[in-house]
Amino acid sequence: MDRRADLHKRERRRYVIGYGGSLLLTLAVFLIAHRYGIETKGVYLSIGLLGLAQLVVQLVYFLHIDRRRSSREDLDLILFSTLVLLIIIGGTVWILGNLAIRMHLQMM
Amino acid sequence: MRRAPTQSYPGINLGEGHASAHKATEVVTFGFWVFLMSDLVYFGLMFAIYITMIDAQAGGPGPHELFDLKSIFAQTLILLTSSLTVGLAMLALKYNLPRARIVLWFGVTLVLGLSFLVLEIRDFLNMAAQGGIPQRSGFLSAFYGLVPLHGLHVASGCLWLIVLGIQLRMFGLTDLLMSRMVRLALFWHFLDLIWVGIITIVYFGGLTYG
Repeated sequence: MDRRADLHKRERRRYVIGYGGSLLLTLAVFLIAHRYGIETKGVYLSIGLLGLAQLVVQLVYFLHIDRRRSSREDLDLILFSTLVLLIIIGGTVWILGNLAIRMHLQMM
Repeated sequence: MRRAPTQSYPGINLGEGHASAHKATEVVTFGFWVFLMSDLVYFGLMFAIYITMIDAQAGGPGPHELFDLKSIFAQTLILLTSSLTVGLAMLALKYNLPRARIVLWFGVTLVLGLSFLVLEIRDFLNMAAQGGIPQRSGFLSAFYGLVPLHGLHVASGCLWLIVLGIQLRMFGLTDLLMSRMVRLALFWHFLDLIWVGIITIVYFGGLTYG
């Protein structure tokens, strides 16, 4: 029973760490936006990177996805879906952006 | 420490305290991951449309007039906290804590989910009052195709929580119900991941490039 109590504590700490990390990243994003304005691309790049970091933190600490052997199947599935997503989003933005330039709409 | 064979699935799980339910849940949980990932692709399409539509404002109100960052900040904190509470509910279930504790954490999650929805709907109403309605421009159509889609997911999560509460009262904590709770927790965490994408791409991206 003691071992289970120990495990419970450890798992709870994982969630709290994930929550704290996500909270810090969220605060950082809004603070950056508040202080520096959201007009420049450099600021947006840092916001984007912090967003990506938060996705990773939540996947690891909330959804328990890591590189341990037994969660590989989930990880494979997520990585494959991410690949599909990147092709879909990247392709759409590329094609429509290119079309806009050719039609002088100055969109992208 | 040697890991027990029942712990083969390290993700969100029921653990050795519920051996029979644990085994049955593993396969179904993986299936649910497949559903979540196809849902993710659907969201991805809506994100792609939004990105290509950011400039298509047709002279209508744009991100700078319509987005209320204070409200977005509050919604973000609420949804993030609900992701923690649903995790705590999972732990209460996994480690056989008193049932009141499970109900408490799921209850807090439901309340947070509903408050998120109230704030979001208030935002949409404010936007509509400023002329930001879906048929105004391509940008607004794309916005209303994506953000309320996430809101609809949160609403169905809330409905799911209520149904689980009723089932818990009627049938008690059966294996089937525990397995459903695991999937709800996965779904809820997934919604928070999508929300991170929404604040980064829809709100901040819209303000930067719109």
